[in-house]
Order: sequence, then C-alpha cells, then structure tokens
Amino acid sequence: MKLKYFAWVRERIGKTEEIVEPPAEVRTVGELIGWLAARDDAYAYAFEKPTVIRAAIDHAHVKQDAAIVGAREIAFFPPMTGG
Amino acid sequence: MTVAATIRIQEPDFDVAQEIAALSKGRTDVGAVVSFSGICRGSEQGEPIAALTLEHYPGMAEAEISRHADEALARWPLQGLTIIHRFGRIAPGENIVLVVTASAHRQAAFEAAEFLMDYLKTNAPFWKREESARGTSWIEARDHDDAAAARWTKS
Repeated sequence: MKLKYFAWVRERIGKTEEIVEPPAEVRTVGELIGWLAARDDAYAYAFEKPTVIRAAIDHAHVKQDAAIVGAREIAFFPPMTGG
Repeated sequence: MTVAATIRIQEPDFDVAQEIAALSKGRTDVGAVVSFSGICRGSEQGEPIAALTLEHYPGMAEAEISRHADEALARWPLQGLTIIHRFGRIAPGENIVLVVTASAHRQAAFEAAEFLMDYLKTNAPFWKREESARGTSWIEARDHDDAAAARWTKS
C-alpha cells in the first residue's frame, strides 16, 4: 500500500510518500502507526504523540481503529488548519 | 432543479466580486447571496508574519470539500454554491478561501455558508505554515474550531 505524509509529519519523516508492506498482524491504522514508529528515530519523532495524528484511507477521514485491509492509499497528517 | 456546486482548489488568486456576481447573474429565483472570504492576516498571535504557505492533499481536498458541499445542498434549499480554496504561498491581504451561497431567502444562505466554513476549517486537508522574522512554523489547530464544527452534527 502507498503511504502519504503531510505538513510536519512529512517533514519529520523526510518523505512525501512511500510504498510499504506491513506484516499481516498490523490490521488497523493505529497498529500501522505503531509499526512505523518502531522503524527508526525519524518515524518515532513523527508519531511520538499518536493521538494527535489524523489519518485518511483512500481520501476519506478514518479513526485509528479503522481496518487497513484493502486500502490503496493511507495518509497521515496533523490536525487540519485550512479555511 | 439540481444545483451543482462549483469547487476549485487553486494556486492563483480569485476575484471575489466576480464569483459573487456569477451566482446571481441573469436569475430571478435568487433572493439572497451570502459570501465569506478568508483573508491572510499580517499577524499571527500578535507577531507580524511575512506570508502563509498552504499545503494540501490533492485528490482528498476535492473529495472532502465535495462531500460537504453535497451535504449543504441536501440540508438547505440552495440555488447556487461556490467554494474556492487556495494553496501555495499567500501574502498578507490576499484571499485564502471563498464560500458563496445563493438561496431564495437569507437564512439558508447564511447557515449553509457558516456550516461549510466550520467544516472546511476542521476537515479539509489543508495545513498552514507561517513565515516570520523568527523562521517558519506550522500553525496549530484550535479547539474552538472543532467546537464550531461539532454544533452542526445532527443529534
């Protein structure tokens, strides 16, 4: 699946997007955050406060208990500040 | 009559007067037009800023704004709806966002415009970064914006 990052999440990770294949036991958005945070210091810094992180699956907002099975694109970003 | 919203996510500036006129020109069924323009302030939390840079999520920004436009059209009897949101670098005094609603009567136009702005603030995937003499920093989301959006949720 493709992951996309925005705003300070993108800056902390140092990438705009990447393709990942998480192991089968990673089933939810929250579990995916935990799996990514364990990768290295940059991801750990980006996801240091998981409850602040917002997520979208295939362009729709989701909560962290959402299942990731079948997702094509998952995005992580801070709370939005548009308007 | 089915009303289609005009939604544009763009880098260039836009002409507010022209967008307002476009919703009522040549029509006799529109009795009220409400517009909200969001403009870049020259200061943030009392500190002068040089500019804002808006990052957005292409694809999702259009999808999310369309969803809320459809909800507004379902909840209020609107005759027209235009939403424009800019991205990129925006200097103080320049436009950031525009919502224009047209209806037969003012209440629907006022309410729909306020509903859309409250949702754009908290749900549209845009992020503001400010530039000032002290460098650049991401603007933090505000709790009162969440509270403003929550009051439109049907119980």
